[in-house]
Formats: sequence, structure tokens, C-alpha cells
Amino acid sequence: MKAAWPICLGYIPIGLALGVLAQKAGLTPLEIGMMSVFVFAGSAQFIAVSMLSSGIAAVSIILTTFVVNLRHLLMSSSLAVYFTGENRLKLTLFAYGITDESFAVNLARLREQSPDRPWDLNRSIALNQTANLVWIISTVAGGYGGQFIPEKAFGIDYALIAMFICLLIYQLRARIHIATALITGLFALILSLILPGNGYILPASVLGATIGLILKRRIEKEAA
Amino acid sequence: MTDLDYLALIAGMGLVTYLPRWIPIFFLARRKPPQILVEWLDLIPAAILSALLAPALFTSGAPRQFDVTSPELLTALPTFLVAIITRSLGGTVLAGMVFYWLIDKLV
Repeated sequence: MKAAWPICLGYIPIGLALGVLAQKAGLTPLEIGMMSVFVFAGSAQFIAVSMLSSGIAAVSIILTTFVVNLRHLLMSSSLAVYFTGENRLKLTLFAYGITDESFAVNLARLREQSPDRPWDLNRSIALNQTANLVWIISTVAGGYGGQFIPEKAFGIDYALIAMFICLLIYQLRARIHIATALITGLFALILSLILPGNGYILPASVLGATIGLILKRRIEKEAA
Repeated sequence: MTDLDYLALIAGMGLVTYLPRWIPIFFLARRKPPQILVEWLDLIPAAILSALLAPALFTSGAPRQFDVTSPELLTALPTFLVAIITRSLGGTVLAGMVFYWLIDKLV
């Protein structure tokens, strides 16, 4: 699974950090691993662990998880375009592994697929499950004593940011994509200063893409 | 919290996480969605990636503060260049890590 390694590299330090925090919050490595199996969503798990350690009720934790992970609605919708008429059991399995990272890599691969760079639903599932496995192992390892791993080792904390930078470059195929990215980035920046956690991703993306679409339609109308 | 409470908690978290991942792909992949939705979804990846990146690069601290002097932003400049020139995902990730590590050592 060559395509999965940038994601895996990025998940290792985050997974270890989560495991350490979860252990401090009183969770056993088994409990940490089970959460990673059931939920597989980094930021929601971080929030859940910190809420658990401050003794917040389960219902609030579940509600917060729901809100934090609503952004996957958009990612799942974008990916759906490439899987028209696919086996529904496979889609059900694939959906489990949709994260910010796997979404972005799979989408880039699906868009740029060619005979010498093939990509399909089976490969997407394999990528998701590879990332999932690395995530589960990293979080459990963190629970066993990830505090012994030095922070900022080899710049590994930058792996996911660098990955998103390259995947963003792939997406900037026309001027409308650049405009959409700039508008959305600005919204995300402003909203991130107001909203806690990653609550800014969904509203900023919806707003940015909608304005982008309006702009695109207007430009097309003027040209016609 | 008992074992059963914990199981109920992660089962609940799992369900509310899984449904938003599953519903769109399961129902939208049945037939081709309308043109306007396709065009909107075509802009979504660029929007999401930009939304993920902008706060990571232009803010720091908790709660977040606007910051244009972070090592993350400084590292992003050469990393963007590598991405544009090479268009290689692996190359960009490795280059970004090296730049980040160097900037952390030097600055």
C-alpha cells in the first residue's frame, strides 16, 4: 500500500500523543484501541479523551463527536461521484475509513487514475484500512508509554500539513479552484479564531464552495 | 465509569461518526447526481483542503490566535514550491518534514 504511507507517517505521532493522553485520563490500552476501532476519527477522539478526564457526561461527548465529525458528510458526498453503481457492501465498508486524510488522498488518486496509475474502490478500501490499522496500533502504543518518544523527532509533526499542501496543489486545476481555495481559507481562518476545535471546517467549506459555484456560474453567463 | 458504560459511550460515538460517512456515499452513488451538485462537489475538495490548512498555518496557540510568524507558515513556503514543481506527494511530505526540522533547529 504505497499510497498510504504519507498518511501513516502522519498518524503515528498523533496516535501516540492520543494514546498518552488517554492513558493519563485513566483509559487502558485495550479501551484506547477499542475507541480507535469504533470511532477512527482523530480530533473527535482527542476531544472525547479530554472530556472523559474532566468527567463530562457520555451524552455530551457523543453529541460533540457528532458535530465534530459532520464534516465527513461533505467528503463522503464528493467521493460518491466516483463510485456510481458500485457494490453497496463495499461502499459500506469503505465509508468506515473516510477521514480528512484518506478522503484527500483517495480523491486525488481517483481523479488522476490512468492505465499506468490505476485506482478504484478496492484500492481505496485497502488504503483506508491500512491507515486505520496504523492508527489503532499507534494509539495503543501511546497508551503503553508513548511518552518515551521524543517530541518533534525528524519533523514528523509536519507530515500531514505537507501532505495537505501537495493535495491542495493537485486540486487547483483552474482559476475557479484557486478562487474557491482563497475564499474558503479566509473564512476558515476567521471562523477558527471564533469557534473551538475544528468546527470551522464544515461551515467554511460549504460557504466557500457555494460562493465559488456562484462565481463560476456568473463568469460562464457573462462569457455566453 | 464501568466497562459497560464505556462500551455504550464508544458505540454511540462510533454510530454518530459512521452515519455521516456512510449516508452520502451509499445513497448518492446509486445514480448520477444533478449537474449543479456535481459542479459544487467539484469545488469541495479544494475548499476542504484550504479550510484544513489556513488555520494550521496562520494561527497558533490554544485558544487560537492569528499568527504569521509560526514555523508552520515559514515551512509552508518552500513546501508549496516543492509541491508545485515536483507534484510528488511523497517528495513533498519528506521535503516538508526536513524543512520543518531544519527551521526548528535554526530559528
